[in-house]
Amino acid sequence: MFRRYLLRRLVHVIVLFAGISAFSFVLLELAPGDFLGEAKLNPQMSPATLAALREQYGLNKSLGQKYLSWIGSAARGEFGISFAYNLPVSKILRPRVSKTLQLTLSSLLLSWFIAVPLGVWSAAAHNGFVDRAVGVAISALLATPDVVLACLALLMAVRLRAFHSANPVLPVAVLTLGALPILLRHVRAALLDVANQPFAQVARANGISGAGLWFGCLLPAAVNPLTSLFGLSVAGLISSSLLVEVLLGWPGVGPLFVEAIAARDFYLVVDSVMLSALFLSGGTFLADILLYVFDPRIRMEL
Amino acid sequence: MKQLVLVPRLTTTILIVLHVTILLAGFLAPYDPAMQNRTSPLLPPIGVHFVDTLGVFHLRPLVRSAGRTPDYPLRFFVSGSTYRFLGLWTFRTHLFGVEEPGRLFLLGTDEFGRDQFSRILWGGQVSLLIGWLATLLALGIGLALGSVAGFFGGWPDAAIMRGAELFLALPWLYLLLAVRAFLPLSLPPHATAMILTVIIGIVGWARPARLVRGIVLSARERDYVSAARGFGASSWHLLRRHCLPETYTVLATQATLLIPQFMLAEVALSFIGLGVGEPAPSWGNLLAPLRQIPILASAWWMMAPAMLVMVTSWCFLSLGDVFVHGET
Repeated sequence: MFRRYLLRRLVHVIVLFAGISAFSFVLLELAPGDFLGEAKLNPQMSPATLAALREQYGLNKSLGQKYLSWIGSAARGEFGISFAYNLPVSKILRPRVSKTLQLTLSSLLLSWFIAVPLGVWSAAAHNGFVDRAVGVAISALLATPDVVLACLALLMAVRLRAFHSANPVLPVAVLTLGALPILLRHVRAALLDVANQPFAQVARANGISGAGLWFGCLLPAAVNPLTSLFGLSVAGLISSSLLVEVLLGWPGVGPLFVEAIAARDFYLVVDSVMLSALFLSGGTFLADILLYVFDPRIRMEL
Repeated sequence: MKQLVLVPRLTTTILIVLHVTILLAGFLAPYDPAMQNRTSPLLPPIGVHFVDTLGVFHLRPLVRSAGRTPDYPLRFFVSGSTYRFLGLWTFRTHLFGVEEPGRLFLLGTDEFGRDQFSRILWGGQVSLLIGWLATLLALGIGLALGSVAGFFGGWPDAAIMRGAELFLALPWLYLLLAVRAFLPLSLPPHATAMILTVIIGIVGWARPARLVRGIVLSARERDYVSAARGFGASSWHLLRRHCLPETYTVLATQATLLIPQFMLAEVALSFIGLGVGEPAPSWGNLLAPLRQIPILASAWWMMAPAMLVMVTSWCFLSLGDVFVHGET
């Protein structure tokens, strides 16, 4: 049963990918100008050279031909050629992805390690001082755009003269602060949802209290929404750090993507979008599997 | 219980004051947002005071300009640069200002010597307008497609929901940037603002559409809807009279979430130089100079737009919280 479910999800992801790539290619066709737009203005470029370059880059092909040749290239593991770097896109993206994952994985771990205990504490002290303080912090952080957090981090770096752009501490801190409010909110809400259910009252009546109650009984019961949330965290591994990378000069996928947009480096743009979409669908897929592993109630339903 | 009344009152008051202020930007701002004073770039804020250089007290507030010895009295309802209210009527009257060689820079100047206070007010018009219009667009598309999907079911439902999944599966900032990638990079600011609005609105339709679909789907099965159908009511009547009213609270809650989100999308895009361009101010591109480390490190007043962005989104978000808790 579960295998069939997995298979259906897999087909779903493939269809989704076909949709996203087709969507990007249609947008390409609608776009005015291309990578050689600037070269056209250069008086030293003869029309013959331009035509040869267009031929070489495959810019004069029709939409369908471009799409097919991109799929062929993807099958060879190249995913198209970057015009600006004159290299297969996969070669350019690989080191960038590992740089981005350095940031996002560490902030993912850090934010979950902070959010779960703090969320439990806040739920256990419902309406108490800690809960109120956490609530205020959550709404303040929610209203603070990543841009502002990154600016403050930069300001701190400049004032302290302690960090340079190769140091991951600042970007990780900014990403963690950006992710925390949403995580905390959900952890707290999920725990409060189960805190007054009959099984929790039975546990309390049997004298289970404190950490044993919250971490032993209530957290496993609240695992369902939290697993979906974890899937969302994984889904954002590539895309969530774009702004922070651009602002703090971290050589990840984000700055590459923005550069590629400015240079009309088409395949690089498409592949970056596809990559982030891959992580997004991968994250939800992972959440489904984890849910099956962690939550016996789901296994009964399937 | 007391807090439950206090917070929405506070936030709605702030929001109303903010929107009226931004709407009256031309009247409240002493200068044209594009007017440059190349001789005085990055001036810190200059406040008004009541004691002149000789130590004599005046009832009328005075403005002291850097490098200029005499004080200039602050005047009210002065005639200055022309501006258009709502883009329709032309006026020259500003609430306050100083006589000509004097300059009033309440929040300092930017790197071209433009008055930061005026630019923040005018920039708010662009940012808030993008937030509101994009939200209306997203909710409009979401309402139309979601209600069709929920009410009629069948293949339109399947097609619309697959489409929504496609849009939800794309990271929205990436999608925004990708769509922006395929547009000309240099456009007049107003065209860019409009295009941004449309892109942000179109990218954001999926979530409201799913919510509306769910509500319409359950509303369609209510007994009174079946009764109305039995009496011969048309689909359109059932949808409009019986199903859609149930979606209004969800739409309002969504609006309080989407307006700040879309406003922040504008801020992010303009900040990295892919949004509203110079010379038009917006809260996003007002923050863009902060990417230069010297300005970030020494010109704290350039952070002022960030405060407004944060206050605005905090107000909308806590209003949304009140809606959510009011429902349950």
